[in-house]
Amino acid sequence: MGEIIKVGMADLNVCVSPDGITTLGLGSCVGIALRDPVTKIGGLAHVMLPDSTAIRNNSNIPKFADTGIEELVRKVVAKGASRTRLVAKIAGGAQMFAFQSKSDMVRVGERNVEACKKKLAELRIPILAEDTGDSYGRTVIFYPETGDFIIRAVGKPEKVI
Amino acid sequence: MGDLSLDQMSQEYFDILKELGNIGAGNATTALAQMLQCKVDMSVPQVNLLEFKELGAVMGGEEQIMAGIYLGVEGDITGSIMFLLEKNSAKHLVGKLMGMTSEGEEFSEMEFSALKEVGNIITGAYLNSLSTLTNLVIYPSIPDLTVDMAGAILSVPAIEFGALGDRILLIQTQFFDEVAIDGYFILIPDLDSYGRILSALGMAG
Repeated sequence: MGEIIKVGMADLNVCVSPDGITTLGLGSCVGIALRDPVTKIGGLAHVMLPDSTAIRNNSNIPKFADTGIEELVRKVVAKGASRTRLVAKIAGGAQMFAFQSKSDMVRVGERNVEACKKKLAELRIPILAEDTGDSYGRTVIFYPETGDFIIRAVGKPEKVI
Repeated sequence: MGDLSLDQMSQEYFDILKELGNIGAGNATTALAQMLQCKVDMSVPQVNLLEFKELGAVMGGEEQIMAGIYLGVEGDITGSIMFLLEKNSAKHLVGKLMGMTSEGEEFSEMEFSALKEVGNIITGAYLNSLSTLTNLVIYPSIPDLTVDMAGAILSVPAIEFGALGDRILLIQTQFFDEVAIDGYFILIPDLDSYGRILSALGMAG
């Protein structure tokens, strides 16, 4: 068994088999796992906001779906993954509270998921599986060896997508 | 104040927020003591400006189960406020309020609504002191409660702060009755409201 690499909020990293990569307690944020099935090189990003162009203070690349996914692709390719073989799995984007402030933060989870899908489509990276939406937090662990994306939630059985 | 970002916040402003946190938490403690009808002590609140990555670790890890009470703020300032309690502390408080010890891992429906009330009173007391100090009219909305992983709950205020900068302002308060109860306040004024709080305190230049 390899090690488990930890990715924080607004953070990303690459991972090579047999290691795994995890991010804990995804709420409205989205976790995007990328993998090249041949070289078994992968990576995980934990993005918070959908669109870097909507915010002036946008220098933190892994914080946004658009710039975060681009950066993750760049990093896994730099590590030796094939750009054209990359596939994705995504999880998160929950709405944690029924109430959300009246600003544009309404449905931010849903908008984060939409933004990730849009960016991945633009980069022609197919999404093999997703576990998104709903109203609970998720911890995810990704293994580039098998492509398994394990999802844990409070009071729910573990799920593999 | 459109360019204001928490990352460039002055020490003076930071001290003011700290003081607001102190007074707010003091009021919340008094409210808690009245509600529980016993003496409640409070430690001096710690105010920290944290990076998103550090957030989970402060509360015992991203997967620590917490109760989060979240409500909107309207009036002269707009934004939201969150109060977080570690799960066992929440169980203890609710048990005390209802005059029984809570059984099991999950919260019953009755415990859930009692906890919502606790959150309501604590955040209400907190906002009251903010309103008194600034002379601003502040109305809280109906609170919503969720019990989940700290990371997931905190993603909500983190995302709101995320639109402003890369850090989040956290006020940590410890209450004591028979056991120590760790509580955390997160006050999230909308961007324009920062300016209004500052000028109300006679600080805007």
